[in-house]
Order: sequence, then C-alpha cells, then structure tokens
Amino acid sequence: MTIKMKPKANKFTKPELVCPAGTPASMRTAVEAGADAVYCGFQNATNARNFPGLNFTPDEMQKSIIHAHKNDTKILLAINTNPPAGKIQLWKDAVDLGAKFGVDAFIVADMGVASYIAAHHPNIRLHLSVQAAASTPEALNYYCQQFGVKRVVLPRILTIAEIKAIMQQVECEVETFIFGNHGLMVEGRCSLTNYVTGLSTNMDGVCSPASQVKYEQDEDKNLSTILGEYTIDCFDKGENAGYPTICKGRYRTPVRDAGYYAFEEPLSLNVSNLLPELMQIGVSALKIEGRQRSRAYVKKVVSSFRAAVDNIMQGGTADIASLIALTEGHKQTEGAFKSKKWR
Amino acid sequence: MPLPKHMPKFEKLPALLLKPVPLFLLRPIAQHITTKIGKKHPHLFARLGKHTSTRYLIKPTNIPLVALLIPNQQTPTMQIFKPSQTPAHDAVIEGKFLFLLSMLDGTSDGDALFFNRELTIGGDTEAVVCLRNALDDVEGSVAADIADVFGPAGRTILGFLRRKEAQ
Repeated sequence: MTIKMKPKANKFTKPELVCPAGTPASMRTAVEAGADAVYCGFQNATNARNFPGLNFTPDEMQKSIIHAHKNDTKILLAINTNPPAGKIQLWKDAVDLGAKFGVDAFIVADMGVASYIAAHHPNIRLHLSVQAAASTPEALNYYCQQFGVKRVVLPRILTIAEIKAIMQQVECEVETFIFGNHGLMVEGRCSLTNYVTGLSTNMDGVCSPASQVKYEQDEDKNLSTILGEYTIDCFDKGENAGYPTICKGRYRTPVRDAGYYAFEEPLSLNVSNLLPELMQIGVSALKIEGRQRSRAYVKKVVSSFRAAVDNIMQGGTADIASLIALTEGHKQTEGAFKSKKWR
Repeated sequence: MPLPKHMPKFEKLPALLLKPVPLFLLRPIAQHITTKIGKKHPHLFARLGKHTSTRYLIKPTNIPLVALLIPNQQTPTMQIFKPSQTPAHDAVIEGKFLFLLSMLDGTSDGDALFFNRELTIGGDTEAVVCLRNALDDVEGSVAADIADVFGPAGRTILGFLRRKEAQ
C-alpha cells in the first residue's frame, strides 16, 4: 500500500531554475534535467559567451525554442553585450530574430539594445543582465522605469541580506546566481582581456579568447597558462588548474615570495547550502552559470539543483550531491552570499 | 610505450585489446569509424568552421598509439601511428583513453577533466575548444557510434567501460 503524504505548508517562494545551454544538445539536456528556463545565445558577438564552436545558428535557435516550449520550458535569449559605437545592427537583427522565433525574454546589458526592444517588441519580457553592472535600487529601478525591465540579474558581490534589502526597493523580479563561475570584477566593466588581447569581453563577447590562449606543459608536467604575451599562471604537476582568465591569474610581485592571486582564485560559486535562505527571501529565479560547459555538466548541475529546490518546497532540505568535481580548480565558495570576507 | 605498473587492470584493457592488432589492420578500421561518424553527424562540421582542416593529434596516455584526426567535411581522416612516429600536427589532446571516451560519450565534462589535470591540451587552443564543442553537440553518443562498428562485442566493452567510469 502506498501512503501519499500531504506536503507540508512551507514559507518558500518557488523560484524559476534558469539553466545554461551552449548548444542545442545542451539545451535538450537542460530541459530533460528539469530547467524551468534555459538561456542561450547566437553565434556572434551579441552574447557574452561568444566562444568557438559554441552557441546557436538561427535555425537551431528556432528549433530549440519549439522543443523547449513543447516541454513547458522558457527560452531566455542572451543579447548581453554592448554594441561598439555605430555598430548596433547585429544586435537589432538578433533581437528581431529572437522575437520572430518566440523567445520568452531577452537578457540585455546595453541601454540602446534595451531601448530598441522596448520600442519594437514591447510584449516580450526584458531581463537585465549581470553585465549591466547595476547593483543599487536606484540603478535597477532606472532600467525598470525607462525600459520596462521585468527582472534583474544581480551581480555576485552582494550578501543575502543586501539582496533582500534590494528586493524591498526594486519594482521587478530578482534573479541571483547559485552555481558556476565566480568572476567578481565589476561585471560588464572588466577590460582586462581587452588590455591583453585587444578583444573586448563586453563588446566582442569573449573573455580570454581561445585563439590567444596557449598551454605549455614541461617534461615534469608543470603547466603554464599563457594569454597573449603574458603568462598568467603556472601549475605544479598534479596541482588543480583554472580557466585562463586574467582575474584568476597568479602573479609575482617584489613584496611576496611566491606568485599570488591578485584578484580572485580559480574556484566556483556554489550556494547550495544557502538555497533555503534565498528562497525564503523570495528570489524569483536562480541562475546556473556555464554556457561554455558540456552537456555532462548541464545534466549533473541542473538535475542536482532541480531536486534541491523541489525538496525544499516540500519541506525537506537541499540535500544536494557534491558538485566539487565540476568546479573550477576543484574548489568552491559561497562568496559574498555568505560574507564579504570570502577571501 | 610501456604501461605504468600502478595502472588499474581495466585501464590496461584498451591496450591489451589492441596489442595483437597490427597497425595495417587498425588504420582502415579507424578510417571506417571516422567516415561513418562524419556521415551520421554532418552538422558537426559546421560547428568546426575553419578548423575542418586542422590536424588534431589524439594521445591516449594508456595506449601505445596516437591518432591524427583531420575533420575535413568531405573526407574526414583518422590515421594511427606509433608514438615514436608522431606526425606533424596543429593541436594536441592528451588523456587516459577512458576519459577521452567518456567525453565522446557525453558523460564527462572536458573543463572538469582539464581542471584536475586529467586532460592536457596543446597547440591551437581555439581548435581544441571548437572540436570539444562540436562533439558535445552530437545527438546521442559518439562513443556508442564507435562501439556499434564492432557490433555486440563493441557494445559490451563500452558498457563495461561506462560502468568503470561511473565508479
């Protein structure tokens, strides 16, 4: 005999689980794994993961949207870079294609792109990307009032108490990151890659372009990571490595004996233990980073967080399986969500 | 190339299976597999873009062989060599056979393998990233496609390796 237990009444607001997809196969994987919404982008500079071999052709985007909608999953189109001066047509074309295919929302960073969407596609939801670098109620409300933004993605520099305070003062939904890259530069304002490679993270959509990354491993298996003309890290044999990004690099300085992480260490954000608190304050959406990652990553991370959110809604605990194997440098942090003193 | 003594027995399995097979027999099999996968997944080449003429050297560290892949859309080629006869190449992907297979199987994340130093890449990084993304977008499993070429025996071996990889 099966006994059906009535779920306990709980104090949580069920958030939307927003998941990454860099390819159509990853998109289908995210849908199967329980994503409420999938974010993705076209194969050009209009999105901030403009990596080789990644992203969607228009035909793939159209088919992916049909597939997602058949499975009650939303597609959020990332058009979250800034057009260079006088070159907005590519961004307008991406918006128009997305609207034609029936995306559920646009994720934007640039005011001009937001303005174009508000004027030409006012019935499609507008989400403010973390790349807009808006982190105060005043800035966030400005986007809401001027462009009709319905949701803001907050930067990874806020404590849960600060997120709660912002939520009480903004006129829209709030989305926060819960897993993945832990890049804490003023997002959308970082020019480190541009300085070293001549390509812009914010306008070309590529942080540390692979075309300018070199890995050199010596006979003793020590690994050097080189971006452009600069060695940005050296890993001893067997030492866990990170992404070839300047902000995660280890540098020499006259006042230290060994190389040190000047900005941030190679590690990933994982706030699975803080999920109940985020849900309790009423965050509308939880975002998993990683459009550049494989479908194996998408399957594991999305299904883990799907189960965790559902368990919490049923009155249970997050009880999330370890995701340490998928983290950068095999290290994780709760970052500013837990404390401003995460380093 | 001798296999490390500390290596678990199952990790020696691919090398043991291949040991009695001479190169002149392996080469047409490798080429047949490559041609078959190319025909089954033609959209893979579009993702590769300019890298369809890149020479990828695949180095399974627990097999005394290396492979040179040129994913040309019309005639993709895969040539097998002894490590001592490594051919000219543009990019290198190196790791244990099981890890390389699990990436083709869609069960391992290439970035995670790189982070824990199980996967080494060299040469043209953009080409490697491009190939990884193209293969990851293949519907189903390239590893299963390879196993299918060998019929029930191939599928049985893949099943065994998958169980080992999951442990």
